[in-house]
Amino acid sequence: MLSIKNLQAKIGDKQILNGINLEVKPGEVHAIMGPNGSGKSTLASVLAGREEFEVTGGEVVYNGKDLLEFSPEDRAREGVFLAFQYPVEIPGVSTINFMKTAVNQIRKYRGQETLDAVSFLGLMKEKMKLVEIDQSLLNRSLNEGFSGGEKKRNEIFQMAMLEPKLSILDETDSGLDIDALKIVAGGVNKLRSSNNSTIVVTHYQRLLEYIVPDFVHVLYKGKIVKSGGKELALELEAKGYDWIKDEVAVA
Amino acid sequence: MSKDNQLLEELTSREYEHGWNVALETDSAPKGLNEDIVKFISERKNEPEWMLEWRLKAFRLWSKMTEPKWPNVTYPAINYQDIIYYSAPKQSAKPKNLEDVDPELIKTFEKLGISLTEQKRLTGVAVDAVIDSVSVATTFKEKLGELGIIFCSFSEAVREHPELIKKYLGSVVPMSDNYFAALNSAVFSDGSFCYIPKGVRCPMELSTYFRINAANTGQFERTLIVAEEGSYVSYLEGCTAPMRDENQLHAAVVEIYAMKDSHVKYSTVQNWYPGDKEGKGGIYNFVTKRALCAGDNSKVSWTQVETGSAITWKYPSCVLKGDNSSGEFYSVAVTNNMQQADTGTKMIHIGKNTKSRIVSKGISAGKSQNSYRGQVHIMKRAEGSRNFSQCDSLLMGDQCGAHTFPYIDVENSSSKVEHEATTSKIGEDQIFYCQQRGIDEESAVALIVNGYAKEVLNQLPMEFAVEAQKLLALTLEGSVG
Ligand SMILES: Nc1ncnc2c1ncn2[C@@H]1O[C@H](COP(=O)(O)OP(=O)(O)OP(=O)(O)O)[C@@H](O)[C@H]1O
Ligand SMILES: [Mg+2]
Repeated sequence: MLSIKNLQAKIGDKQILNGINLEVKPGEVHAIMGPNGSGKSTLASVLAGREEFEVTGGEVVYNGKDLLEFSPEDRAREGVFLAFQYPVEIPGVSTINFMKTAVNQIRKYRGQETLDAVSFLGLMKEKMKLVEIDQSLLNRSLNEGFSGGEKKRNEIFQMAMLEPKLSILDETDSGLDIDALKIVAGGVNKLRSSNNSTIVVTHYQRLLEYIVPDFVHVLYKGKIVKSGGKELALELEAKGYDWIKDEVAVA
Repeated sequence: MSKDNQLLEELTSREYEHGWNVALETDSAPKGLNEDIVKFISERKNEPEWMLEWRLKAFRLWSKMTEPKWPNVTYPAINYQDIIYYSAPKQSAKPKNLEDVDPELIKTFEKLGISLTEQKRLTGVAVDAVIDSVSVATTFKEKLGELGIIFCSFSEAVREHPELIKKYLGSVVPMSDNYFAALNSAVFSDGSFCYIPKGVRCPMELSTYFRINAANTGQFERTLIVAEEGSYVSYLEGCTAPMRDENQLHAAVVEIYAMKDSHVKYSTVQNWYPGDKEGKGGIYNFVTKRALCAGDNSKVSWTQVETGSAITWKYPSCVLKGDNSSGEFYSVAVTNNMQQADTGTKMIHIGKNTKSRIVSKGISAGKSQNSYRGQVHIMKRAEGSRNFSQCDSLLMGDQCGAHTFPYIDVENSSSKVEHEATTSKIGEDQIFYCQQRGIDEESAVALIVNGYAKEVLNQLPMEFAVEAQKLLALTLEGSVG
């Protein structure tokens, strides 16, 4: 699905990613953890094609294709989805209208017929149930005045709508209350299949109780410095990052 | 950064869609302006003596006036003697109905996306089409006639309804009002006249399309809308012009007279040729639009979507004379490349408990300058009046300018005025968010801009809102910065 080799990226003069290696196979869930500022969101942005970041080395192969060659919109159309840590507001554009545009542009790219209003609404109703989101929220301007939790839930709703192959969830759990966390995690689990993969960026073990990862990686100073199974998350929760930082310093 | 430049480049190289002209045979006045030209125009239009006298009076006034210099626009001095003031497509006789109209003309309108025949058959929108200086076709006349509604060309109104024209012409915008209004009063060539009788709700949109076709020609149309007590009408104007190297002058006057309990909705989608990316050519659009809410509880709403013209000078205004009368102004003004717009509104509160609402959305791209100029004047006797103004500016790129000039004058203590203003830029992160969902950059900009302008676009009649949305997207495609 995704193969990242020695990926390096910078913004301005600041080098942020210092040689990331990561293999994600279909059906797998990978968790990425790591201290603030270690480069987790940057990795997500680079994969999604944010142009502010300059890739200075390495390669990313996605389903046999060079992902870095694609424009951001084509990456999305190829099935890459990023649930943003900080979703932006678009005044005057409802989530419904936004999603209709997105779904139809993606369908066009894939050579499918665009959805008319009725079938779109049908699809929407189905996905709304999945993440238990209220239509009144979807009628409002996208993310404008949404609470932190509503924004995150809206991201997962969009993910459900677009049915991506590779989803990157950047701290989707932050700002969610316990119930919302369960609902959102439930939604993600329902969307899981042997054909799609998920990368979950999080600071908390709690989310990983609901979305159980196959692998856990620790990102530190722009590098994956430790990988392990789901028990690594528990260890981090108990011990913090200092021991890993020490290990890195010794090495 | 380089991507922005590339996009701006792409945007500026986009061509004006309506930039063709049709080889119509024309009957024109010689260049220049003097009393003989005024007489020539009046004669060509078979006008009665009183009309000629009115024009001559306006001409004499204009001769003594000077062009206003206060708008925030710059342009080379206009040589008023170098303009042709009357040009009409040659037709053997005035067409009685659509079937008699020159097929070339019909083609012109079909290119504009307004098929008169289609309009007539399908959409229930009555259309009056003015090309260069003359009205060429009015549809739906009979149906409207049954309700006592008059919707015809101005020239026809002068001949057929002189008592109404004499009574209302210049009653809202006097010929002495300003330089361009005086000029228009002297040489106006045609336009539309609407009269809605007492208690009648006009069952369809009334719509006029203006097109300048001939070279070196000014267009000076007049629109007069009279709404009798308790009546309602929604009226729309659209316009285009071919691409030409020289600037062309357009100086129109619109007057709306609203009586007790009447409601007039006036919408316009202005798409005159804006000039090329270096600023060559384009229409100089100097327009005076004013509504008089003469009767109690009368209401006038102006909605404008301004995308064209090299220079726009335009302040649709409401004089709120009747008690409890209200005025609204909804505007989206887009400028791109070298365009300059100085537009806004005036709300003059005279009657008690009068209300006005101003929503102005400016969008500037390229090297354009976009100014909002608004005046809210609440007079002493206009007790309990209210105004709300919202002026937003959206910038694309860093070479354009947005300016706001609000003038607020409140002469009593029981009235309330609220003014809000914002300036924003289309964010990279907004565009990236859209792209991440599979939406390409151009569609993303269109989506964001339409969202920004939504409150105004919502005011337009449905079919025109769609047209306006497309026009906005077209004007701004790719203009991110
Ligand atoms: N636009 C930018 N300009 C300058 N520095 C940036 C920019 N974006 C990110 N950085 C820097 O890159 C580093 C990595 O940031 P990133 O957002 O990827 O961290 P993170 O691991 O997601 O942190 P958190 O856990 O707090 O979300 C930080 O030091 C941050 O300040
Ligand atoms: Mg982050």
